[in-house]
Amino acid sequence: MTATATSARSELSELGRSETALRTFLHGLPGVDQVGAEQRAAQLGTRSIKTTAKAQAIDLAIRMVDLTTLEGADTPGKVRALAAKALRPDPADPSCPHVGAVCVYPAMVPYVAEVLRGSGVHLASVATAFPSGQAPLEIKLADVRAAVAAGADEIDMVINRGAFLAGRYKEVYDEIVATKSACGDAHLKVILETGELATYDNVRRASWLAMLAGGDFIKTSTGKVPVAATLPVTLVMLEAVRDFRAATGRQVGVKPAGGIKTTKDAIKYLVMVNETVGADWLDPDWFRFGASSLLNDLLMQRTKLTTGVYSGPDYFTLD
Amino acid sequence: MSERVAVRKTYKLFIGGKFPRSESGRSYIVQDSNVALSSRKDARDAVVAARAAVKGWAGATAYNRGQILYRVAEMLEGRREQFVALGVPGDEVDAATDRWVWYAGWSDKLPQVYGGANPVAGPYFNLSAPEPTGVVAVVAPETPALLGLVSVIAPAIVTGNTVVVAASPAQPLAAVTLAEVLATSDLPGGVVNILTGRLSETVPTLASHMDVNAIDLTGVTDAELAADLEVKAAENLKRVLRPAPTDHDWSADPGITRMTSLLETKTVWHPKGV
Repeated sequence: MTATATSARSELSELGRSETALRTFLHGLPGVDQVGAEQRAAQLGTRSIKTTAKAQAIDLAIRMVDLTTLEGADTPGKVRALAAKALRPDPADPSCPHVGAVCVYPAMVPYVAEVLRGSGVHLASVATAFPSGQAPLEIKLADVRAAVAAGADEIDMVINRGAFLAGRYKEVYDEIVATKSACGDAHLKVILETGELATYDNVRRASWLAMLAGGDFIKTSTGKVPVAATLPVTLVMLEAVRDFRAATGRQVGVKPAGGIKTTKDAIKYLVMVNETVGADWLDPDWFRFGASSLLNDLLMQRTKLTTGVYSGPDYFTLD
Repeated sequence: MSERVAVRKTYKLFIGGKFPRSESGRSYIVQDSNVALSSRKDARDAVVAARAAVKGWAGATAYNRGQILYRVAEMLEGRREQFVALGVPGDEVDAATDRWVWYAGWSDKLPQVYGGANPVAGPYFNLSAPEPTGVVAVVAPETPALLGLVSVIAPAIVTGNTVVVAASPAQPLAAVTLAEVLATSDLPGGVVNILTGRLSETVPTLASHMDVNAIDLTGVTDAELAADLEVKAAENLKRVLRPAPTDHDWSADPGITRMTSLLETKTVWHPKGV
């Protein structure tokens, strides 16, 4: 390792000390070429993935699904059923892999934990006053600690968009650092809520901010605002994690969430991951889909490949 | 002034209320016109569109469905000359129009003829009501091009089913022109979907599709293909209408069996008030 690389790393870790340094760094990031990013994302979406490659992609996508239910109407029974589905997505086919994780509200974590214990399926919980993030810091941290204590090993936090958009980067940074320390051993996913960030430049800045503050994953959206994950936004975030690893040596995962409903969509994302950051990220530890209805479509396509006939929604559970 | 160049028409598919080209990009030529040659993926897309339309169409009131079918007859009447220009005899267009009207009238009467109160020995009402079976795949007969087509589509949709029709490979122009009639008739998108091209490509996909509830093999003339399709349809116990005899008289009174073959029966017990 060269001396300059080492000094660059220590400089990055110092950024969080002052508001000015953070702002200078984040605003010094190169701007995103909007037309170029959208064009690139659209172009990668045209790849045709067939037969054995498609079968592999589908199994990988199933392993990457964070099976999510975040409704006011969630009940212990419903989340238990979802957790059972996470373990055996297709009960008719034992060769079908389990999903990456189940994602629920903190109050539902204990019920899911009973089902998932020892299975290798992670248990994620949203916390920090999800989805708005508009609560005092102590309450957000208490939310995180409660979820971890109940058995969650991944925490999906929301950033304080109000502070971010107002330019108070240090406040956002400090909140992420505090949340990370409240997580203990649990992995921290930082939700940027890109639909509320307005520009790709902001998405790039928020990505860097979240990674500098110690986030293990950066996630696009809560799924609670009209604009959720899109291909160009995910492209910008993938470029950020690639550049961050080049600068610091630390690898950060990416999780697009919301609006990904079909196998075709999921495969477009996988193609983009491979072309942007490479095969290192083609693993459930580094790339996840936040989704609920996507899983059934993946299972239907999987059934089509194994049986040769098109399946229908009647043959899969309604979640 | 130079002579006007004719605007030539491409006959495209009818899926979900839209007129897409085949996903495969292929076409074939019938009567000097380009007609889309559909692939199994077009068949899959058509089933998705038909399934999406079931809820709204089956949930519409029988009266409303009847009105829409009558509207189809009105539109067909207005396009009479267009069908005649394609080589459909005028008498046949008239007969096809009359058949739409005839089936339109059945929409709110069939439940009375085919359902009703069952006598039971207890303090209950016991009622049976016909319900649509869901998505129906239909292989249209080759002749008569228009009357045959109408005679297989109308009885399926009048009760609330949605259909994916494989048009006769030799007679696709009348089918696509009928699609233009349907598209301007207040019929919700996806209730009728029309595929043109080779039966051997699209129909096996429809017959084996787990999300199709019934298949009408009327237009299948190849006995071997018909047997294969029936075997495929057995996988999820589709209702099957077998191929029509070659000398079938399409102008005769059709009766109600085409409608009743594509129905399920819902029976409910209801306690009587004392």
